[in-house]
Amino acid sequence: MSLKRSKRAIRFTVLALAIGLSVSGCGNDFVILHPAGPVAASELNLIEITAATMIVIILLVWVLFGIALVRFREKPGNQAPYRPLWDHNRALELGVIAVSVVAATIIAIPTWNKTFALDRIPAGKTPIVIDVTSLDWKWLFEYPGQHIATVNYIDVPTNRPVLFELTANSPMNTFWVPQLGGMEYTMPSEVLPLWLEASKPGLYWGRSGNFSGSGFVHMTFDVHAVSQAAFDTWVHTVRTTKPPMTMADYRQLLKFNWIAPRYYSAYPAATFPAETHGFTLEGGMYMEMQPTPK
Amino acid sequence: MNLPVEPNATQTKLPLEFTDNHESLKILGFWSFLATDLLLFASLFAVYAVYQSRIGMAGPSPDQLFKLGPAVVETLLLLTSSFTCGLAVYEMRHGHKTGTIAWLIVTILLGIGFVTTEIREFVSYIALGDSWHHSAFLSAFFTLVGTHGAHVSFGILWAITLIIQLAGRGLTTITTRKMYMFALYWHFLDIIWVFIFTVVYLNGKI
Amino acid sequence: MSSLLAQLFPPSTTRNMELSADVLIILTSAAIIYYLTRWHRWKYLWREWLTTVDHKKIGIMYLIAAVTMLFRGGVDALLLRAQLAVPNNHFLGPLHYDEIFTTHGTIMIFFMAMPLIFAMFNIAIPLMIGARDVAFPRLNAISFWLFAFAGFLFNISFVIGGSPNAGWTSYPPLTELAFNPGVGQNYYLMALIVTGIGTTATGINFLVTILRMRAPGMTLMRMPMFAWTTLVTSVLILFAFPPLTVAMVLTLFDRLFGTAFFTIGRGGMPMMYVNLFWLFGHPEVYILVLPSFGIFSEVVATFSRKKLFGYSTMVYSVLAITFLSYGTWVHHFFTMGAGAAVNVFFGLSTILIAIPTGIKIFNWIFTMWNGRIKMTVAMMWALAFIPTFVVGGATGVMLGAVPADYQFHNSYFLIAHFHNVIIGGTVFGLLSGVYYWWPKMTGRLLNERQGKWAFWLFFLGFWVTFMPQYALGFMGMTRRMYTYSHGFGWSSLNLMSTIGAFVMGAGFVVMVYNFVWSQIHGEIDVTGDPWDGRTLEWSTPSPAPEYNFARIPVVTDRDAWWAIKQDHKSNVIQIKPQEIQDIELPKSSAIPFLMGLSFFVFSVGMVFSWWWIAVVGFLGFVVCMLVGTFDYDDHKEVPRQVIQNTESALGRLQG
Repeated sequence: MSLKRSKRAIRFTVLALAIGLSVSGCGNDFVILHPAGPVAASELNLIEITAATMIVIILLVWVLFGIALVRFREKPGNQAPYRPLWDHNRALELGVIAVSVVAATIIAIPTWNKTFALDRIPAGKTPIVIDVTSLDWKWLFEYPGQHIATVNYIDVPTNRPVLFELTANSPMNTFWVPQLGGMEYTMPSEVLPLWLEASKPGLYWGRSGNFSGSGFVHMTFDVHAVSQAAFDTWVHTVRTTKPPMTMADYRQLLKFNWIAPRYYSAYPAATFPAETHGFTLEGGMYMEMQPTPK
Repeated sequence: MNLPVEPNATQTKLPLEFTDNHESLKILGFWSFLATDLLLFASLFAVYAVYQSRIGMAGPSPDQLFKLGPAVVETLLLLTSSFTCGLAVYEMRHGHKTGTIAWLIVTILLGIGFVTTEIREFVSYIALGDSWHHSAFLSAFFTLVGTHGAHVSFGILWAITLIIQLAGRGLTTITTRKMYMFALYWHFLDIIWVFIFTVVYLNGKI
Repeated sequence: MSSLLAQLFPPSTTRNMELSADVLIILTSAAIIYYLTRWHRWKYLWREWLTTVDHKKIGIMYLIAAVTMLFRGGVDALLLRAQLAVPNNHFLGPLHYDEIFTTHGTIMIFFMAMPLIFAMFNIAIPLMIGARDVAFPRLNAISFWLFAFAGFLFNISFVIGGSPNAGWTSYPPLTELAFNPGVGQNYYLMALIVTGIGTTATGINFLVTILRMRAPGMTLMRMPMFAWTTLVTSVLILFAFPPLTVAMVLTLFDRLFGTAFFTIGRGGMPMMYVNLFWLFGHPEVYILVLPSFGIFSEVVATFSRKKLFGYSTMVYSVLAITFLSYGTWVHHFFTMGAGAAVNVFFGLSTILIAIPTGIKIFNWIFTMWNGRIKMTVAMMWALAFIPTFVVGGATGVMLGAVPADYQFHNSYFLIAHFHNVIIGGTVFGLLSGVYYWWPKMTGRLLNERQGKWAFWLFFLGFWVTFMPQYALGFMGMTRRMYTYSHGFGWSSLNLMSTIGAFVMGAGFVVMVYNFVWSQIHGEIDVTGDPWDGRTLEWSTPSPAPEYNFARIPVVTDRDAWWAIKQDHKSNVIQIKPQEIQDIELPKSSAIPFLMGLSFFVFSVGMVFSWWWIAVVGFLGFVVCMLVGTFDYDDHKEVPRQVIQNTESALGRLQG
């Protein structure tokens, strides 16, 4: 009877999951499951390892729990043993510790490796640098190599690492493009590095993950990954057809509002902390910075 | 020679304030409070340690700001007051009410000297325009040292209420327990000051 | 005059929802005042409750406050979920939504979970360890009134002055004046400072109570597991709250006095706040969950009619968790650029802390093993915890794997995770404790059938609410978004989550009905031991008399009461008249209430920068302290004749 009930429960769960996933369209909407670059792929790989290990533990607990619940229920005629003083069993306790330690180790090793691996841009690839400033409530992107600037939109070349240098002239935000990889905070008076790479062309959405006020929901941007040639063409177009950004334009951007994407053929250097240029991925938490201009 | 053994020999050796269970509990509770207070100061020290170089666009650095003179005077006053506070407890343990009160008064006077010197020091910095609005360093400095100063001021008020109780009620389990707790508090503030003097003033001057 | 009105009632407090709240508050207050006056209950209220220092009554007041706050926080949650039910919704605007998620989080953590935990401490701990009260009864009352007035302060922000709106974590510089004018954030800061002082005092109180006031024979390793978890929770409180207080005070200084701690310019460093906050915040997570672990240990053993499995392993696990919980705070901000080495250290410590937690879960299952499981509502909450919490724990480990956290941070995966552990761990555990100890508090049993309805609604609602949120995390939905558009595929899962939330709400309504109904019609517990309990609180009558134990029990074993029952079989609760002695008890005092009131007045002055009101409040506090220190008349003797009469009336007097 109980077995039948649990079978029914399992069937019901599977059905519910299937419906839930199909309704939500288990397709490309699950952005984290569809990486478009090496960083996101590596992170997804770790997620899969940890999820698999944890599912084993969850199932182990659920099965043991289910058996205990069914077998040792107080009901008339229950034949299962009743040993009210049974309160320790060395082997069992060591077994539990061993299972936990093994599970923790399985997760710890790739965590260790990937944390260090993802901290550095792979050798032999020259990254393109993009300076990112979160403002209220828009993203300002500056290309120090190309000398152009954009708002709420970036083009990046495929198969080439992009080093994002992140800062804020606003409350904290996080810079996140789920299909390219995980997020990093933007904080005033700090510059933090984050590298991502797109391995296939496409349009990927990005957004802020940290609440930054009433316009927070508008802290979105698009990342357009294109071939190196197309990227160069785009840079050239912006350089030749768009106006340069003046300090006055920058101050306009500091206003509390949200705007559509914009493009500038140049930008004043003072809009980004000067000392980060040439900055590698060595940066730490308490890196000394000049205060950003008001 | 057979001396009669006192049945509660170990009991009677206990200081008065530990003989009553309620009072002894309060002393343990006060130690726990000091632990939280220590963590409060530890947090402020951590903030100060990170902020001492964050002097803003124009603000003075620790080296430019500090004058060692007042800091040394404050140190001497507070260390001496800690010693006289110890003497007060010593008198209390010997059952001398007047001696306890007398040393407590000396402690209070030294404490008042400390607080006034500190206030004058703060005023002299602010007179130069270096108030805590100016930089993260100044904010952290005034908050850390000021928190200690507020603790000392509170201790002075506490000691005054203690003198009234000691004078009126004599040395009972309750008044001795209060005196003992006050002494713990005062020595604790002394230790915090030693850290302030080295971490803030000496370290800032080097 | 008009500027004063504008300050008290800015536009954010004159929207429809706030105005309806005003009407409700006025009507409820009027009804309460009418009731108290009509039935001449003011004196009773003052004498028996507002000035009490009895831990059992303070526990009940904590419980009432916590359930009220669960209602407020729950309504907030339903408003949030209603807003997110469909894409592009305009039920709440962004300003409104921001305020509501801020109050939801803050209330649930500081004004619902914490007082519910303290309710359990107060109701159970002294009785469990065979003590007549806590170590510092008056301080205990002060803790309560600081919490109560802080909670009141925080709640009135909704209708007077405006709510805080920067999230329960309130990271600067968003909380600085430049980005957050108005008084809302001041409310948040003052409420947390004041309740934090009360909480710290509670920590000191229970630490000393458990260390020094256990019944003779109760060694540390004979303590009930709940006493153990209370002890380590108290230690965690002592070490966790000072950094929070510092973070709050420094932010307040920035806002009120123009300092430069967390500002954008002048060298301020918002990151410092984040460190201080999570130095508190991570131990806080264990402050929330460890008491529940203790309750499960009591409930599972009692209703499996069996000893707790692996007692010493459990104790060492709890100690390990306590120690390790101070080494994990950075995992709340792996994505703030601390560098790979630091991140790996905190990632591994996070994975490490899962080991003792996992061991405890297995030990509860083994406690059931070879037992006889009785399905009471208290046991069902404990049983629901195991399969639920293990999911939350597992996703916690997934979040601890640093590079994975870069994808999960601040997403709905995180939201699902911490609701999974806080509801599945803390709330299930505390509700288990409420159902378990209710007869001891009130002398009546809760109706089991209603309780099961409440349980199933809440439990199923929980799964329907939060499982879709894990999926939403994988779809890239981040927390604190007031709305979303069609294109992301988030709509159906959000709708599902909203439906689940309303089912949970229905469960809460049934539960409150269950409480009220049982208080009027519930079966009276005449034995004092309705569950055939194992620990000393079940040796007292329900509810326990003011002095708890007419004679302090002597403990010879773990599960002290069970051992006594095994040895004597019957008649163990009877006491001989000649065994009765005078008992010294703490005396009621108005000081705790007045001190809470002074802090309230002080806080109102600080919130609105009305310095003279702040000074009045501060002077009130000083007067309370002075009166307290010169008041030597803080206890009373209960003569043996009174005790004999009480015991006789309870049928516990021999001969």
